[in-house]
Amino acid sequence: MTTAPRPTTPEPSDPKPAAREPILQVRKLVKHFPLTQGIVFKRQVGAVQAVDGVSFDLFPGETLGIVGESGCGKSTVAKLLMNLEEPTSGEIIYRGEDITKLSGRALKTVRRNIQMVFQDPYTSLNPRMTVGDIIGEPFDIHPDVAPKGERRKRVQDLLDVVGLNPEYINRYPHQFSGGQRQRIGIARGLALRPEIIVADEPVSALDVSVQAQVVNLMERLQDEFTLSYMFIAHDLSIVRHISDRVGVMYLGKIVEIGADEEIYSHPTHPYTQALLSAVPVPDPQAREYRERIILQGDVPSPADPPSGCRFRTRCWKAQERCVVEEPLLAVPEVFRGTAGPAEHDSACHFAEEKQVVPPEE
Amino acid sequence: MATSVELSTEEGGTDGGPLLDVRNLHVEFRTREGVARAVNGVEYSVDAGETLAVLGESGSGKSVTAQAIMGILDSPPGFVTQGKIIFQGRDQLKLSTEERRKVRGARMAMIFQDALSSLNPVLNVGEQLGEMFTVHRGMSRKQARAKAIELMERVRIPAAKERIKSYPHQFSGGMRQRVMIAMAMALEPELIIADEPTTALDVTVQAQVMDLLADLQREYNMGLILITHDLGVVADVADKIAVMYAGRIVETSPVHDIYAKPAHPYTKGLLDSIPRLDQKGQELYAIKGLPPNLLHIPPGCAFNPRCPLARDVCRTDVPPLYRVSQERASACHFWKEVLGDDSAPADDA
Repeated sequence: MTTAPRPTTPEPSDPKPAAREPILQVRKLVKHFPLTQGIVFKRQVGAVQAVDGVSFDLFPGETLGIVGESGCGKSTVAKLLMNLEEPTSGEIIYRGEDITKLSGRALKTVRRNIQMVFQDPYTSLNPRMTVGDIIGEPFDIHPDVAPKGERRKRVQDLLDVVGLNPEYINRYPHQFSGGQRQRIGIARGLALRPEIIVADEPVSALDVSVQAQVVNLMERLQDEFTLSYMFIAHDLSIVRHISDRVGVMYLGKIVEIGADEEIYSHPTHPYTQALLSAVPVPDPQAREYRERIILQGDVPSPADPPSGCRFRTRCWKAQERCVVEEPLLAVPEVFRGTAGPAEHDSACHFAEEKQVVPPEE
Repeated sequence: MATSVELSTEEGGTDGGPLLDVRNLHVEFRTREGVARAVNGVEYSVDAGETLAVLGESGSGKSVTAQAIMGILDSPPGFVTQGKIIFQGRDQLKLSTEERRKVRGARMAMIFQDALSSLNPVLNVGEQLGEMFTVHRGMSRKQARAKAIELMERVRIPAAKERIKSYPHQFSGGMRQRVMIAMAMALEPELIIADEPTTALDVTVQAQVMDLLADLQREYNMGLILITHDLGVVADVADKIAVMYAGRIVETSPVHDIYAKPAHPYTKGLLDSIPRLDQKGQELYAIKGLPPNLLHIPPGCAFNPRCPLARDVCRTDVPPLYRVSQERASACHFWKEVLGDDSAPADDA
């Protein structure tokens, strides 16, 4: 976990190999939500360990995908990055500054550069505001970005950029479909010209035929405005499509992280392998030759996570060592120095390469 | 499904025709804004032991069709205006309310997407499962309890004896969905309709639940209608597929053929627009536009405003379900073209 950004083997998918200075560094981020008992005299009886020691880097112009099942803490990470929750401990370093320690004016400046797109386009837009007001609201808070007289023009430009008719500026959210609303949400996120966009399940509420439109839009905007995305989703296929690097979370920890090819074609952590093998592939041919790993049981409660490795209660490889010793997120010893795609961070004592996704034809 | 209709006489016995045969079903919702034509002439059939996947986006009419089959359509505003639902040789639409009630639950059962809101939060699961036996089979409460435990074991809920007194909120999403399946299975129905049974679940749990459903289906030789929007789930379990769009079936096919060679531009667009786990593509193909408003379905082919192949005839003439092969049909005037141009670029490689 403490490993510094490993000088990775040059990745062909990397859009800017020269600019390898991370724009955002997350170090040992922890968020515990206290569980209390009693009404007048509240005493803490435990804590939900929603995020427990997460570290990663985000590079300029790249997309980092975070996948995991519900309750793994991926949305809490997003909220922490946005400074919407205060972390229990840990650092989020943006341009050399730990943003968790900022407040007032300094925080406001940082927030301008990190924006969010939410999952549900039906509840994240105020139904009483027109589209123009929704997209223009960021300018009220940061008036220096756009002078008063210019705002309407700016909003119309933004509508145009996300593929909506600029004449819709006076309409209300209910007059739009789900996909169009998500475009409005994206336009709002873009208004302040941020460097980083944190997207929490941005397409999962949309119909299949509309998802592709929004994913394509996000990719186009990334190129146009050199954005860094943190793309959080439970749909592994979409994450693969859009991401340069992928982190897999389980019960508040990142269990494996690497370039998309490393994670999807050469996973070494058993949870990643199980997760990938469980994804239905839209190809009936694959039914025959795919090996599916069906995990037993459910994700344990984050209020009382298992000792040692958190995945051990559902893992088919679990041994005594997994109970007592927590595996750290680092390159597993067996792969160290192999310079192959299996050489990436994986938090497993018994890491082993296993191909679960059929190779590309 | 236009196929096999000729084989069975209308009131054919349970042994002759398919288990369920839906013919020319029309459902409309009479709302204040006008009449929404949710289902416009759906035809499909399911045999015992067979899995039919009904694929479609929200508003395509896939769930409404299922509700009409089960007889749980909210009426008003929903009305079945035309058609036949022949189940085990009897047209369900001609039965009395009381007769349908006896079929529902005992002969055909439904599994809903959201188990938490489909289960009664103030009754423990043992009581809810047992109810099936006390109401339909007239068993005593004690017998019903024993049956409930047996059911929970059958759907692989661990420690069934202890958990029978638990309430729905004490179960995880996957376990709740198992309770729903247990309830549907209770009276060993011949047909199960599962409406997005795994959509609310995580992938690893989704795999467990689909696995269980497939095992039970095999064991009891049930017909299964799986309603979903997920092309991946369909590929894993279905025998045949019916794709719905704006209340009509636009393509039916055995599962293998449709993925390799779709015969309708909508199906083809859907297949091209989903990112694949095993392929890292460049830009995704996106179907332009939006699904139609059911109050104002476009004239001609409902898909024509979004279709890359649309011509004048598509804007005026509703395409019938053309027979593509023995087992396939497509509601596209230009299905030959769709089949043909598929051999060139696009999806794979």
